Amino acid sequence: MNAKAGQIVEAAPDLAFSHENTFLVGKSFSELGVAQIWDPSKVVVVLDHRTPANTIQTAAAHARIRQLVKELGIEKFFDVGEGICHQLLIERGLAKPGQLILGADSHTTTAGAIGAFATGIGATEMAGVWAIGSLWLKIPETIRVSLNGHLAHGCFPKDVSLHLASVLGPSGAEYKCIEFTGGHIIDTTISGRMVLCNMAAEIGAKAAVVPADSTVMVRYVGCGPLPCEPVQSDPDASFEDKLDVNVSKIPPMVSGPHQIDKVGSVEKFEGVSVNQAFIGTCTNGRLEDLVVASSILKGRKVANGCRLIVVPASRTVLEEAIDMGLIQTILSAGGTILPPGCGPCLGAHEGVLASGEVCISSSNRNFRGRMGSEEAEIYLASPATVAASAIKGKISDPREVLPSEL
Amino acid sequence: MSSKGRVWRFGDDVNTDLVIPGRYLDNYDPVHLASHAMEGVSKEFAKNVRKGDTVIAGRNFGCGSSREQAVVALKRAGVSAVIAKSFARIFYRNAINLGLPVIISSDASDLFIDGDVVIIDTSEGVMMSESRKVTTRMDPIPDHLRKILDAGGLVPYIKEALAGRAKA
Repeated sequence: MNAKAGQIVEAAPDLAFSHENTFLVGKSFSELGVAQIWDPSKVVVVLDHRTPANTIQTAAAHARIRQLVKELGIEKFFDVGEGICHQLLIERGLAKPGQLILGADSHTTTAGAIGAFATGIGATEMAGVWAIGSLWLKIPETIRVSLNGHLAHGCFPKDVSLHLASVLGPSGAEYKCIEFTGGHIIDTTISGRMVLCNMAAEIGAKAAVVPADSTVMVRYVGCGPLPCEPVQSDPDASFEDKLDVNVSKIPPMVSGPHQIDKVGSVEKFEGVSVNQAFIGTCTNGRLEDLVVASSILKGRKVANGCRLIVVPASRTVLEEAIDMGLIQTILSAGGTILPPGCGPCLGAHEGVLASGEVCISSSNRNFRGRMGSEEAEIYLASPATVAASAIKGKISDPREVLPSEL
Repeated sequence: MSSKGRVWRFGDDVNTDLVIPGRYLDNYDPVHLASHAMEGVSKEFAKNVRKGDTVIAGRNFGCGSSREQAVVALKRAGVSAVIAKSFARIFYRNAINLGLPVIISSDASDLFIDGDVVIIDTSEGVMMSESRKVTTRMDPIPDHLRKILDAGGLVPYIKEALAGRAKA
């Protein structure tokens, strides 16, 4: 498409997904009075936010959604326990490089990890997309973030994201697209790229893109021709801003309550007592994360007075973690495994916090009241820092307990 | 379109978990959602907000989750418009799509105070407090969004467009 930043275009998505809010999408869609979805093969529905159902109302919404996908011929439907929408999109190969992806969720940006342009919208707007197959989009300005160097021991993509939040703030990328480039990106796994693109939502980004390279393209070998050309910046592209980051200088980072940019190195927060340690979510619930966490938990026990909750991002992640013995390690350490899905991240169920409690979490948001009581505190960190904190019962530096080979 | 009501002022980065916490989202009833509107930042708001009142905030209003219940809660509570220095983009789109005027103003949050009775003309982009003789001009709502707002939101807008297409 030949369009310049600031221009408004009518755009047709290659993929359009929603989760429990499909209930609302369906409601608006029926108000539109359109009989059929513009292209059911491009629609994905995932139940992940409150799974298995936490209340009768949620159960009724789930039931309605199951009926809806049947009536409307949506075949890409993932029921309770399959996993988080953002994870499934990439894991199951639904998202492809070069696609325009719309999701009724703010962390839709995650799919930028495989070189798609993926952006979040609301449920009613998704109903409009179901009906007419397009929506208006403003072509965003781009911030190019060039990441170079190698991560130090104990440091992970989450730490890079928290560092970026400290530099750019919660609205530093508002309405803009972030493009991640640089030598470090070439070395970063798809899982790690997903962390970076996911967390871009927390600094306001409309989308975040890692241009598809061989690490990505190898996944699509044998899948037939890609529907679109992978997105790359034009050689003469102009950027609104450029940021160069030497990732080797980034220490393990922690974001304190109640906003993403209340961030500092782990030393600043060390010693804060934690009641709950949570590893999971669309940010950090993948196999790589469980490998790192297990390496810390192996042969150790979660501290008295602290509970560890681990939620694999998908059924596949859970199965692979079982095969690798990671789940046994987590259980032996005293952790609790919950079914694949969003888990306690959004404060609806499965690990709600009481007043005065403190949680260290591998998730993406530490807003006041996000995980339960408004009087609870949430700290965000990498799975390594969360696991290290779980065994000490207080916020702790992962470098002291993480095996040197990781 | 114009409205008259009292001002409720809030700061920067009011996220949608503060507007309507996730624990209330099991129930989609707008009355239920409105009864918890802004609960994360004000326990008084939902109890005392009246039809026509205006929310004025700083930067990045509505950041965080894409939940459009944040808009539903404010709208059902009676809020006539949200005016902010800037909006998070999904909240902004949701508001337009559900027929709640959202207007960008660089100085409204500095000029008006809690409880001011203001008249807002969203078409002209003017906001004034009669009692304190304060007036400001706000950024006009872009034309393509004004059309959606004027139709009453995205659903009626698309319905009109489809009906027009069918006639043509």
